[in-house]
Amino acid sequence: MIFGLPVISVAIWLPILFGILVLATGDDKNAPLARLLALVGSVLGFLVTLPLYTSFDTTTSNMQFVELHDWINRFNIHYYLGVDGISMLFILLNSFFTVIVVLAGWKVIEKRVAQYMAAFLVMSGVVNGVFAALDSILFYVFWEAMLIPMFIIIGVWGGPNRIYATMKFFLYTLLGSLLMLVALIYLYNLSGGSFAILDFHRVAIPMTAQILIFIAFFFAFAVKVPMFPVHTWLPDAHVEAPTGGSVVLAAIMLKVGAYGFLRFSMPITPDASHKMAGFMIALSLIAIVYIGLVALMQSDMKKLVAYSSISHMGFVTLGLFIFNAYGLEGALLQMLSHGFVAGALFLCIGVLYDRMHSRKIADYGGVANKMPVFAAFFMLFAMANSGLPGTSAFVGEFMVLMGAIKVNFWYAFAAGSTLVFGAAYTLWMYKRVIFGAVTNHHVAELTDINAREILIMSILAIFVLGMGVYPLPFAEILHTSVNDLLVHVAQSKLPL
Amino acid sequence: MNLMANLIPVAAEIFLLVMVCFILIVDLLLAKSSKIYTYLLVQLTLLGCSLITVGTHENGVYYAFHGMYVDDLMSDVLKMLSYLGISMMLVYSRQYLMLRGLFTGEFLVLALFSLLGMNVMISANHFLTLYLGLELLSLSLYAMVALQRDSAIATEAAMKYFVLGALASGLLLYGMSMLYGATGSLELGVISHALQQGVQNKPLLAFGLVFILSGLAFKLGVVPFHMWVPDVYHGAPTAMTMLIGSVPKLAAFAFTARILVEGLQSLVTDWSGMLIVLAIASMALGNLSAIAQTNLKRMFAYSTITHMGFMLLGFISGGIEGYGSAMFYTVVYMIMSLGAFGMIMMLSRAGFEADTLNDFKGLNQRSPWLAFMMMLLMLSMAGIPPTVGFYAKFSVLNAIVQTGHTWLAVVAVMFSLIGAFYYLRIIKLMYFDAPESHVPIVVESDTGLLITLNGAGVLILGLMPGTLMSICAVSVQQSLLLH
Repeated sequence: MIFGLPVISVAIWLPILFGILVLATGDDKNAPLARLLALVGSVLGFLVTLPLYTSFDTTTSNMQFVELHDWINRFNIHYYLGVDGISMLFILLNSFFTVIVVLAGWKVIEKRVAQYMAAFLVMSGVVNGVFAALDSILFYVFWEAMLIPMFIIIGVWGGPNRIYATMKFFLYTLLGSLLMLVALIYLYNLSGGSFAILDFHRVAIPMTAQILIFIAFFFAFAVKVPMFPVHTWLPDAHVEAPTGGSVVLAAIMLKVGAYGFLRFSMPITPDASHKMAGFMIALSLIAIVYIGLVALMQSDMKKLVAYSSISHMGFVTLGLFIFNAYGLEGALLQMLSHGFVAGALFLCIGVLYDRMHSRKIADYGGVANKMPVFAAFFMLFAMANSGLPGTSAFVGEFMVLMGAIKVNFWYAFAAGSTLVFGAAYTLWMYKRVIFGAVTNHHVAELTDINAREILIMSILAIFVLGMGVYPLPFAEILHTSVNDLLVHVAQSKLPL
Repeated sequence: MNLMANLIPVAAEIFLLVMVCFILIVDLLLAKSSKIYTYLLVQLTLLGCSLITVGTHENGVYYAFHGMYVDDLMSDVLKMLSYLGISMMLVYSRQYLMLRGLFTGEFLVLALFSLLGMNVMISANHFLTLYLGLELLSLSLYAMVALQRDSAIATEAAMKYFVLGALASGLLLYGMSMLYGATGSLELGVISHALQQGVQNKPLLAFGLVFILSGLAFKLGVVPFHMWVPDVYHGAPTAMTMLIGSVPKLAAFAFTARILVEGLQSLVTDWSGMLIVLAIASMALGNLSAIAQTNLKRMFAYSTITHMGFMLLGFISGGIEGYGSAMFYTVVYMIMSLGAFGMIMMLSRAGFEADTLNDFKGLNQRSPWLAFMMMLLMLSMAGIPPTVGFYAKFSVLNAIVQTGHTWLAVVAVMFSLIGAFYYLRIIKLMYFDAPESHVPIVVESDTGLLITLNGAGVLILGLMPGTLMSICAVSVQQSLLLH
C-alpha cells in the first residue's frame, strides 16, 4: 500500500480505465483528444508503478505488495496479487513501453485512433495483471484477455497479410492456453481445493502427472516465448503488426512465456523440469543456432529482427533450464535487455517504414547520408543486438554463457555461436540499409527523425547503455528471488 | 392433502394459463395497429408470473397432485430465468416481427403457451406431466415456425421440425412405457426407488433407457439426433429461431436432470457411458460443421449442438459439481444465444435478413457499439475470459477433471479450440473487413438498451461469476441431490 492505494491494482486498472475513456472519445474527429488522453493514461500508468521499485525490499524472496480478496468463493478463487524480484521489473518494463508505444503511434496511426490507443492501454493493464497474478485462474484470465487486444491490433492496423497472421497468432496461443487450463484444474483438485500458485508450488505430484503437467505448460509457454518448433506465428505476426504492435510483441509478449516457465513449470514440476531439461536445452540451442542462420537469410528487416528475437529468446530458455544462478539471472537480464533492444529496433524499422512504406532491405541503401542522427541511434541498437560489451545485451548473454559452460562446454560453445551470427545478420543488415551511396530517389527524399522520435530513441538508448555499464540495480532485485527459486527447484516434489 | 396445498406450487402456471386465455380474447378486440397493447399485457403477465414464483417460493421440496408436480429451488430459479428469457426474446423480436407482419396476437399467445409448456416441464415429477409439458412446448414452437405462411423455407422448416419432433416424442413415449413395464410406475421418485430395489426384466429396462436417451438427445439436438437443428434454425424466422435456440434449453436441462438424475440415478454408469459418446460426437461434428457454414443461423445451429454436447459433460461428471456446472452452462448459453440472435435481428430490416456471415462485414465501421457487443458475445461463446462463457466451460471442465476423466477434458478443450476459429471469424469480419453495405442501422431504443445490457452482462458476469455459479450449485443440491 502506497498512500493508502493498492499499487498493483492501480497499475492494472488505471490503464484499463483510461483505455475505456479513450474509447469513449469515439471516431477520428476527436483523435487529438484520444491521443492526449492515451498519453496521460500511459504516463500515469507508468508513474504509479514506480513505487514498486522504490519501496521494493531486496532482502526477501516473499511476495510483496500483496493484495488478497475473495473473488469466486465457490471454487476458492481469489483476487490475489503480488510481486517478487522475478516479476516486478517486468511490470515496470511493460508500463514503460506503453508510453513509448503511444508516442510511436502518435502521427502514424490515422484511422481509428481511439480504438488503437485504447487497445494498447487495455493491454498494458492486462499484462501487468499477468505478471502480478498469484491466483492461477486470475493469471489465466489475464493471460487470455491479453490476446484480445493484440488480435485486434494486428488485424486492424497490420500489413497486407494481417488476417492470416492474427488468426494464426490467436489460435496458436489459445491451443497452449487451453491445455494449461486443464493442467491448472488438475492441480486444483490435487492440491485439495486451492488455485493459488504458491500452493501449487508446495503440492507433491507423482512423476507421470508432473511430466504431463509440464507438457501442458510447455505448450502454453513455449508458444508464447516462442521456442522452436512452435515459433512460426511470430515472424508472421511481427511482419504484419503495426510498429506499436511489434514493439509490444517483442518487448512484452515474448516475456510472459519465459515468465510462465519461471513461475509455473519450474517450481510446480521441478522433477519433470530436470527430466525434460535436456529436451528444453536442445530446443533452445536449435533456436539459437538454426534460427540465427534463418535470420541471416531474411530480406525483410522486420522478419530479420523477429527471427533474431526467437534466437535471443533461445538464450533465455537455455539460461532457465541449466538450473544455476548465473543462467537464471542471465536469462532474466536477457529478457529485460531484449525488451529494450528489440523494441528499439522495431521502432527504428518503424521510422524507416513510415517514410518509405517498405521493409525490404533491398529498397534501402545510403540512409546515413540523409538521416545521420537516426543512423547513429540505429547503430547503437544494432550493436546491442549483436551483444557488444557495454550494451545491455552483453550482460545477460555473458552470464548465460558462464552458466552454460559450468554445465557442459558444448552447450556454451553452441550458444556462443550466436555472438557471431547475431553480429553477422544485424550488422550486415545495418550495412546494407545505412551505408553506401544513396541508391534511389526515395532514399534521397528521406528526412531525419524529428524531436518526438529523438526523444523516444534517447530514452531507450539510455536504458540500453545504462544497463550495459551498470546492471547492478536490476541484478540486485532479481538476486534473492532467483536464489530462492533455485533452492525450491532443487528439491524433489515426488510424493514420499 | 387439501386443495390449497396442491395449488400453491402451481400458482404461477395457473396465473399464466388464465392470462393466456384472457390475452387471447383481448387480442381479438384490438385493432391490428394496436397490437402493442397485447405486447405490453404479455410483458406484464411475465412480470406477474415472476412475482408469483418469488412470492410462493419456500425452502424445501413440495409435491402437488400426488407427486406429479414438484416445486423446488431449481424449478423456481429456472422458471425465473425462463420469464426473463421470454421477455428478452419479445423485446428483441418486436421490431423485426412488425416489419414482417408477424407481430400478431397468435405469436404472443403461442410464446406464452410455450412458456407454460416449459414451466410444466421444469416442475414435472412424473412421466405424464413431463410429456404434457414437452408437447405443449413443442406444438407451440411448430406453430410459431409455421407462422410465416408465405415463406416456403419456413414452412419446410416447420414440417421437418414437426415430423422429427413427433418421432422423438414417440421414442420418448415408447421408452417411458418400457420403464413403466419394468418398474411399475410413471412417477420419478417411485421409479428411482424401484430401480434401487432391483428390477427383474433387465432387457426391457435397457431398451427403455436407450429409447428415453434417444428422445432426450433429439430434443437437446445432440449428435446423432441433431439433423433437424440446422434446417429449423435456418428456415424459421429469426425471432422463432431465437426462441427455439435459447429459453427451451433451460427446460431441456430440467427435463434431462429430472429423468436421468432423479429417476434413473441407479443406472448412472449405463447412461453416462452413452452420454460420453453423444457429447464427444456433438462437439466434434458441431464444431467442424460450423466452420463450413456461410449462413449465420446455420452456424449458430451447429454451435448449439456443440454447446449442448459440452453441457452433457456436466451430466457425465455427476454430483453437485457436475449437475451444477451443467445448469450454469445452460443458463450462460441462453444469455449468449439471446444476444447473438438479437444482433441478427437488429441488423435485419424490412425485406432483408442479416443472416449471412457477409452481413457482419465491417460492422465496426457502421456501428462500433454493436460490433463491440457482438465481439463480447462471440468471445463468450468461444469461452475466452474475461467473459462469462469461460466460467461456464471452466466449471464443466472442473467437474470432469474431478471425476478423473482428465482425458475427456483435454478432448473438450481441443474441440473448443476448433470452435474458437469460427467465433473469431465473426470478429474478424466485423473489425478487419470493409462493409459491403452502408445502409444505416436503425436501432430502437429498447433493443439498443437490451443488447447493451446483454453484452455488458456477459462481461460483468464474467468478472463476477460467483453468485450465479453458487445459485446453480445450491439449487441443484437442494433439488436433485437431497432426495
